[in-house]
Amino acid sequence: MPNEVLALEKVNLRVDEGELVAIVGGNGAGKTTLLKHMNGLLKPVTGTVRVKGKPTTESSVAELSKQIGLVFQNSDHQLFSESVKEEVAFGLRNFGFPPSEVEERVARALNAFGLGQMSDRAPLTLSGGEKKRLCIALVTAWDPIVLALDEPTVGQDHLNKVRLLELVRRLIRDKRTVLIVSHDLEFLWPLQPRTVVMSGGRIVADGPAASIFTNFELLESSGLRQPQLARLAVALESPSPFRDVDEAVAWLREKNGPWSSGSQTAFGKG
Amino acid sequence: MEFNDFSFTYAGSTKPAASHVTFTVGEGDVAVLAGLSGSGKSTILRAINGLIPHIYPGEYSGSVKVEGMTVQETPTYELAKKVGFLFQNPENQIFMFTVERDIAFGLENMGYDPKVIREKTDWAMDLLGIRDLAKRSPSELSDGQKQRVAIAGSLVMDPTILVLDEPTSLLDPHTALEVVRLTKELNKRLGLTVILVEHRLELVSTIASKIIVVKDGSIWIQGTPQEVLLSDGLEEVGLSLPPVVEVQRKLGLKSGGIALDVEDFVKEVPRLWR
Repeated sequence: MPNEVLALEKVNLRVDEGELVAIVGGNGAGKTTLLKHMNGLLKPVTGTVRVKGKPTTESSVAELSKQIGLVFQNSDHQLFSESVKEEVAFGLRNFGFPPSEVEERVARALNAFGLGQMSDRAPLTLSGGEKKRLCIALVTAWDPIVLALDEPTVGQDHLNKVRLLELVRRLIRDKRTVLIVSHDLEFLWPLQPRTVVMSGGRIVADGPAASIFTNFELLESSGLRQPQLARLAVALESPSPFRDVDEAVAWLREKNGPWSSGSQTAFGKG
Repeated sequence: MEFNDFSFTYAGSTKPAASHVTFTVGEGDVAVLAGLSGSGKSTILRAINGLIPHIYPGEYSGSVKVEGMTVQETPTYELAKKVGFLFQNPENQIFMFTVERDIAFGLENMGYDPKVIREKTDWAMDLLGIRDLAKRSPSELSDGQKQRVAIAGSLVMDPTILVLDEPTSLLDPHTALEVVRLTKELNKRLGLTVILVEHRLELVSTIASKIIVVKDGSIWIQGTPQEVLLSDGLEEVGLSLPPVVEVQRKLGLKSGGIALDVEDFVKEVPRLWR
């Protein structure tokens, strides 16, 4: 980094087309720095970063941005137009989409994220959650080959997280490549992504979510907290992690507990 | 703090952002405001320190009282002496060149004696564990550190009420838990009344004395965490329930209360398995 802080060190990472990869770690682990190397905002001091086989040092940020759609962590850093629809249209025009296609893509993006009614609003008057949705909408509008989301659930309420989860699932079904930088393991858990754990600028683990998210020591030492369902599974000595609430309930009902007979035993009372 | 039939429509808008809001937060309470994005939570917070109606014009009805002062009739600088306000993004309220200058800014503006400014600034930095950051530029700090600087800047003004707008939203889980614990500690040590907006109820349900759920600008339900988390129709409001609470609700474990975190639930399970 320009201030001579070693932000990334000996990072080896390959992401294949169509993969869903979560990059997790505490604040300052190097996750955002890693993302910024993918769209050329940062260039490596040693080693190489390649997108579709081509080193990022041989492409401009503009060329890379069309391929790597990056949604910033701080929405205020990504919004500057006079209206919501102009915000979405800006990138499309810059990438040379014809006017009729710009209009169609803007409408589709706004509707997909529940922003259709706000198309004339000034982006800076939106709530924090609405701004985040707008940033995701504008980046998905030009269909980049990789969608990179930097802490997408920050400031999002439950419904927006559900929408986001559904969007990611749709992208996976469409065989898009999706990178999610997040410390929101509760959000990531149902997606069961390949998970890369970063700490102190290094990759400290890389594997399936089921093994990473249940490794308490690894998560704690990396500034993360196990998802509640993973903690519950470990605490109850379940042979496998609970993917969702229904799985946890089904497992508990199989046990010979009072709830299996439908009793309403007062919790905490004898 | 008392909201009495408070309603507000922003200038230029046709739809009320807050509608007939009535609730009280007692001295020393920790109240959590929850609800979907755009439900009116920020509007309610702004009505506490007087940003509404003094900075955000609009149509105002009902009343809001803070420490006996009627907000609508009290200038913001008077309210600022009682109400410390933390924005969602601490960068929006940190602007001086060093941490200690930023913390001292409010006191300097109020014309405090330099000796008092020094003492209060040192006290706040010690309380928040950021004395070693005193000469650092806030722009170099981590999000969690910035959050502490913002809190320190509020505390030096001796507020009796601390308002936090999604204080953990930018923080990683460890730092988020630290801020939540710090908030509870400030509540206990200084007797501060706290009202905070938080989506992640699993973080705050164990420290809250009251949860107020807002929907479409109105209060949908309010009560203790037990009362709110056991109530019907929470899906309709789009609240993100802690998974361990959802598990207990689906198991039908309602009467007498539920455990609010994994550790408490797991402690009880062997006793309930006969």
